Order: sequence, then C-alpha cells, then structure tokens
Amino acid sequence: MKDTTTNNQNRRSFLKTSGQLIIGFNLFPFLQFCTNPENQTDLSTYPGIAIRPNAGKDIMDSWIRLDAKGFVTVLTGKQELGQGIRTALLQIAAEELEVPFDICHIINGDTAQTANEGYTAGSNSVEGSGSAIRQAAAEAKYYLIQEAAKLWQVNIDQVEAKNGAILGPENRKISYWELLNGEFIEGKITGEAPIKNPKNHVIVGKSIPRADISKMIKGEPHFIHDLRLEGMLHARVVHPPSYNAKLEALDESKISQLPGVVKLIVDGSFVAIVAKREYQAIKAREKIIEIAKWESTNIEPAMGDLFSNMKNKASNPKEVEASPTINQTIKQAKNQLKSTYRKPYTMHGSTGPGCAVAQWDNQKLTVWSPTQGVYPLQNTLADLFSIEKESIRCIGMPGSGCYGHNSADDVSAEAAMIARHLPNQPVRLQWMRDNEHRWEPYGSAMQLTLEAGLDQNGNITSWKTEIWSDTHSTRPNGNAGHYVSARHLAKPFEFKKGGFSGGSYRNASPLYEITDKALLLYDYEGPLRTSALRGLGAYGNIFALESFIDELASIAKMDPFDFRIQNLKNNRAIEVLKTLKSKTEWENLSERTKSKSGIAFAQYKNSAAYFAVMVTLENEGEKLKIKKMISVIEAGQCINPDGLINQTEGGMIQSASWTILEAVQYNEKEIISKDWNSYPIFRAKDIPDIEVHIINRPEEKPLGAGEAAQGPVAAAIVNALSNHLGKRIYELPLREYFEN
Amino acid sequence: MKKITLKVNGKKTKHELDPEEPLLYVLREEFKLSGAKYGCGLHQCGACMVLVDDQAEPTCMNSCEYFEGKDIETIEHLSQNNKLHAVQKAFFEAQAAQCGYCLNGMLISAVALLRNIPQPNRLQIKDALQQVICRCGTHVRFIRAVENAIAQKE
Repeated sequence: MKDTTTNNQNRRSFLKTSGQLIIGFNLFPFLQFCTNPENQTDLSTYPGIAIRPNAGKDIMDSWIRLDAKGFVTVLTGKQELGQGIRTALLQIAAEELEVPFDICHIINGDTAQTANEGYTAGSNSVEGSGSAIRQAAAEAKYYLIQEAAKLWQVNIDQVEAKNGAILGPENRKISYWELLNGEFIEGKITGEAPIKNPKNHVIVGKSIPRADISKMIKGEPHFIHDLRLEGMLHARVVHPPSYNAKLEALDESKISQLPGVVKLIVDGSFVAIVAKREYQAIKAREKIIEIAKWESTNIEPAMGDLFSNMKNKASNPKEVEASPTINQTIKQAKNQLKSTYRKPYTMHGSTGPGCAVAQWDNQKLTVWSPTQGVYPLQNTLADLFSIEKESIRCIGMPGSGCYGHNSADDVSAEAAMIARHLPNQPVRLQWMRDNEHRWEPYGSAMQLTLEAGLDQNGNITSWKTEIWSDTHSTRPNGNAGHYVSARHLAKPFEFKKGGFSGGSYRNASPLYEITDKALLLYDYEGPLRTSALRGLGAYGNIFALESFIDELASIAKMDPFDFRIQNLKNNRAIEVLKTLKSKTEWENLSERTKSKSGIAFAQYKNSAAYFAVMVTLENEGEKLKIKKMISVIEAGQCINPDGLINQTEGGMIQSASWTILEAVQYNEKEIISKDWNSYPIFRAKDIPDIEVHIINRPEEKPLGAGEAAQGPVAAAIVNALSNHLGKRIYELPLREYFEN
Repeated sequence: MKKITLKVNGKKTKHELDPEEPLLYVLREEFKLSGAKYGCGLHQCGACMVLVDDQAEPTCMNSCEYFEGKDIETIEHLSQNNKLHAVQKAFFEAQAAQCGYCLNGMLISAVALLRNIPQPNRLQIKDALQQVICRCGTHVRFIRAVENAIAQKE
C-alpha cells in the first residue's frame, strides 16, 4: 500500500514519479469521456495520476489536478451511486476551468486521495461537492491567469483562459500544463476568484451522456463485484436466522473438509466461510445453514400488532415545533379534520447484493467498498479493529444502486473481519440474496396523525403533526456496533442508537402558509433494523401531508391545484404547481379522467428541489394500474437535464413500487421477505408512461434532486385511488387494489 | 470434478469443473467475464442472463454441465470490431442506465427478443424485460431503447 502520510515538502516530487498509479477504479481501464462509445481510442492515453494525499478541503489541489499532461483530474469525496454524479461534477469543473469536457477525468472517494465529504446522502452532492469543485476550478483558472500575466508582464485583464490555455496580447498562447511546468496548484481557495456568469455556460446545462454507461453496455468490469485481485479468495457469511439468535452448535469438522474450503471463521455468532472458488464458498455456506444450531428469541410485536404497539410503547413526544395554542386554534376554526396514516417497513432491495474486497498487509488494511462514505467507513473500521485510522485505506467503488444505507457498510466490515484471518490475501465477500433482503436496515414503519383547521375561505389556519417512527439513520459513523456482525462477535460491540435523528420528521412541517403549527415526534424502538432509505421520513410524511391536503381541499370544496396554490406563498413552489397544471391540461381533463387522477407536491426537505406530480389510474380487469405519471421538477440551476430526468423517472417508479406493492413481512421466528417472490417490486409490465418536465433556473444555485419524487408520488397515487374509490385510503401499501 | 466442454462466444474450450457448478460462476472465474452478474441465485432477477441458442437464459442455478453442447453468447460478445450491437447503441443513446447492475439482463433479454421477434410491439417488449429486476426504475428508458433499436433496423 502506498504511504499516505507523505508531507508537503515531498509532494512536489510525486509529479515526477510516474509508475505508481492509483489502485481502485483504475484497476479497470480508465474511464473515457467521449460521446461516442464506439470511438474511444483517441482518448485512451489518459495515464492516471500518482497518488497524492488530500491536504484539506480549502486547497485547490484537493479538487482539481493537472498532473497528467493535457488532462484534468477532478477529485470528489462523493460516490457514484448510479445518480450520474461523476458526469455532473465534471461538467461543473470543465465549465469553470475553461477546458474541453472530454479531457476531464474523476476520482471518487478514496481516503488516500480525496477530500472528506462524509456520506453521499441527502441529495447533497451537487450542492456540496459541486460548489466546492466549482470554487476550486474557478480559483485554479484565476491562478493560471495570474501566472501567465506575470510571465508575460502584462495586466491580468489582458489575458483570458480558453480551451485549456491562456491567451494574451500579440497572439500569445500557453497551455495550462506548459505554464505549470510540472508543478501543481498548491494554493488555498481564497474565494476571490470570479465565478463564471451562468449566461456564458456552454457545458453546464447540457445533457452530456454518462461515460460509464458506455462501459456497462459492453459488460466491462465496472462494479466492486467485478474486481479481481491476484490470489483473491471468496467468502460468504452465514447470518443468524433472526436478529437476536445465538449460535449454539456447529460441527466444524463437517465444513472444513468440504472442497476448496480455506477457512471457517466462527467468532461468537459471527460465521463466515472462505474458499478458493466462489461456488465452493456458496456450497459450504449452504452446508453451514443446514447443520448449524441456533438459539432464537421471538420477534415482537407480531406484525399485526405493530401500529398499536407503536402507539403504546413509543417515548413521550418531543416538541419539534412547539405551539401552546395549537389545540385551541384548531378547535376554533370553521372546519376541522383529523386523520391517521400508516406506512410499513420498506426495503432498499438493491439488485446486486452487497460486495466488498479487503486485504490486510502488516497490520495495514485496504478495503474496496461500495460505501456511501469512505471516511466514515475508515473511522468505523478503526473502532472495530482498535487501530489508527491512518492504517486503513478505504477505496470507494461503484456498487449496485443503494438508495441509502443498505448492506454496503456491513459487507465492507465483514470482508475486513474475514480477511484479518488470512493476512496478505485479498478476500472478496458477497452477500447472497437472503442476506441482503433479511439483514439490510429497512426504512422504518411510520404512523402519522394530522389535524388541521380551515377558515371559511379555504385557508389553513392551524396544523398539528404527530409522528410515530423508529430511527431513519443508524449509519456506522465511527461506532462499530452499527455493523450487524460486530454485534455477533464473541466480544460483541454494543449497538447504541445515536439518538433519533431529524430524519423522522423530514418534510413533516408543511411548506404551506399556516400561522399556527405544532410538530410532535414519538420515538419508537421497533422490531426490525432500520436506517436511511431514500428520502428518510420524507416519504411517509409527504404521503400523509399531501393526502391530508386533498382531504382538506375537498372539505373546502376546492380544486386540488387551487387549494394548494392559495395556501402557498413560496413563488417557486407555486410556479411548479402551475406548470404541472398546464402540462397536464388539467382544465381540459374530463371529470372521468379527473376522478382517476391525483396530484401532490413537495419541496424536498423544504430546502431542496421542488416537485409536483399527477398520477392517472386505469382499470385492468378487476384491478387498477397506473396509466400515466406527469411531473415537474425545479432544482435551481440544472447541471445535466437528461441526468435530472433520468433520476427523477427512477425515483417516481421506485416510489410507485413502494407505495403499491411493498411491505417487509415477518413472523415471530424470522423475516419472511427473503427474495423477489416474497418481496415483489415493480417490473416492466407495471411501468406506466412517464413525463418529466424541468423548470431550469440557471441563475439560482443547484438544489439536490435525487429524493424529490419519493413522497409526492406516493400521495398522488393515494389521492388518485381515493378519488376513484370515493373513499379515503390511509394505509400503505395498496396491493389489494392493484395486484391481479 | 469432470471435463466440461463449453462453447462460449464462438469458442469451444474444455474445463475441469465440478459439474454442478452453475454456469455463472464458471463464466466469471474461468472465463474472467464480468457482464453476467449474481443477483439472486434463484432465477428471479435476470442479472445473470446470457444468450443460449439465441434465447435469454439465467445462469445462476443451472449447472455448467447443462450448458454443454449449447451455444452460449455473453454481453461481451455483442459488439464486434468495436462496432456496437444495435441494442447496445440504442441503450447508450437513450442513456438507459442508472446504477447499471441490471443492464446485462436487460440487454440480453432485448437482444433475444429481437432475434426471435424482429418487430415486437410494446407489450412484447415489456414481456421480455419482465424477467429482469431493476431497482433504480430505469424501465421507461429500457423500453424506449428497444423501440429505438427496432426503428433503426428498419
């Protein structure tokens, strides 16, 4: 492993060493950024750059490197999760640095190289990493302009940056790389460099295709699953049959003699098997499952008692938004309404089960991981093994889409736990389907009671929200007890829920203009493991809030668009609703179509992207299906329109699947949603027609958009269904109405 | 262990294998191919699909022995001389991917469909893609890509 502690004085020499290439993505052929996947040969000369540690977020070199002659290397602490973040960040860098897009390459999270940007979560990557990269690129360009002006002894307003070169008076021209002459840009980001006027953008705002897709369509190695290291062994884990089960007996002699088995690891109730070939590990795992004896305790409460247990066992409420007058104001209003909504446990359900590769050499650990945060992973592994975090290198690699805290961190920790028994050998661990379905942390079940008062003009005067929910974040941010298998060791790590985060009430406070509001949160420790699932509490909260808005609109005898618009003061929100109304030709829709349609709106987190959607249902035999979804999204400045549409379409389909089909099932012994038959999700035949319209505001800052659709789509489906049935539906999923 | 002869991407080779080992692991380990992927091990998700005598077939359960004498074609073999298959081209042009883990299954299913029904309608396209799980919700683009591939062939 490359020494990552090199100090500043030595850094300059790195540029002159050419041999040491980056381990990680670059084990695979370098990403080629060109729009034609059939013609990549011209650009295949990008040599990669030598590893240089990150010297802090306030240094230009932490984000932009011109080490490779003729190429730009952008660094980000954020991970590519299938959301297209690499392309969007490269567009921002190329635009601001004034270089052609095709010469830009990117390195994602790697503790030996990139900045610590925490987790890739909460739709923060473009807002966070994007603005850092924009600033660093602007600053680097400014530095180059100043250097050229010095060289030519002219004023800086006599020179300009264009196409990777500085142009000066008398047709003088010098490329960035000639100007740097082998040095790199060490300076601090001062914030003084001018940022390009969005009016002059030529790369940002363009639908540049994702280069990684050109590799994936050819089946080239791309995922962590495809990483093959010399001498790599294959591991599988056997998780207990249920959360609290303890291993009673396992006849190890029956396992160690199986073909190809290299090592059986039994540490308390943590059981793993390592073999030479992948299939040998799978066969040995099956044998372990067959013969291992476990002592189990029942899962409580029973599924049917979940929501009553939630009400009985939850903590006393925390006043997130306090109002001493709320009950009074509601009572005094002209009209009142109170409704309770419920959503079940839902799953991330990644298509590819978690996978990671780990290797120990001389007490130093390297982990190749699909994690959402290489630095939090490094911290937590340091806790798990009681070693200095500097001895651990975490290299982020693309996994199967995760949509939040799925198995990625668990599998990375387990790979490292297993590899520790086999020093100097890379060990690849992949979860089986049942590991993934039964052991990932789910999105919490939630119960929401909403109560509001309306005046005689259809204005909402008062609003009270009560939320019952388990936590929406148990990410292992430094605490090894957050890894499931660390809790199963002979010397177990204790799992401490790090307090109940704001995730439970995300988006629960209405964006609507309401004078008197109260928000109460009842924390609940439920039977199943939970953590962050795309949107966190916003999915359940917006499902309830926007269903309730439709109920209020009908009490006020108002059109659902008009009622929403009348109760909003936020102009951008109003614009999104008005655009949806015109795109759907709402005014011209027949009553028949309207009676099968529903709308909903939210601004994600009340601070990120604005999103409104109309869902229309149709009959299919006895049952219903979604015919069409039309949406409008406004995410401030749009970096890559097609990327935004792609992610929004995906969010809409995923949310429709959660809403209509999905609920994690369990009995007293175990979780019974263990594969795609016992936990079905949307497939091709469930897919409706989808339209996504963008409102672009180049003059505004970009807003996180990846989770904007989750809540509104649920509410719009429920509103459409309730309109169609002529009765209000309060509980998800909606399977009985849709499934044939 | 047994000598197993497999015809993969036009080439016949012999391998000393556990005849029960599913083809998927043989493709990934013996042939160092990455396209076909493990998704469920249960023939439920299609991540491991390959073309077997021009039909899309999962490989995660059926033994390698079962595939002897059959013509196996993987995603890696679809493009020839740096020229993409019409379906690959259409997938790229439609930017039909998010995380991309399901792409192998989607592409293989689409290619098999077009080899067997050159002019499928939308329902037939959906039927063909039905067997593949995509959690990112990229289906509208997959369907559009297959339709575009058909249009380009005309």
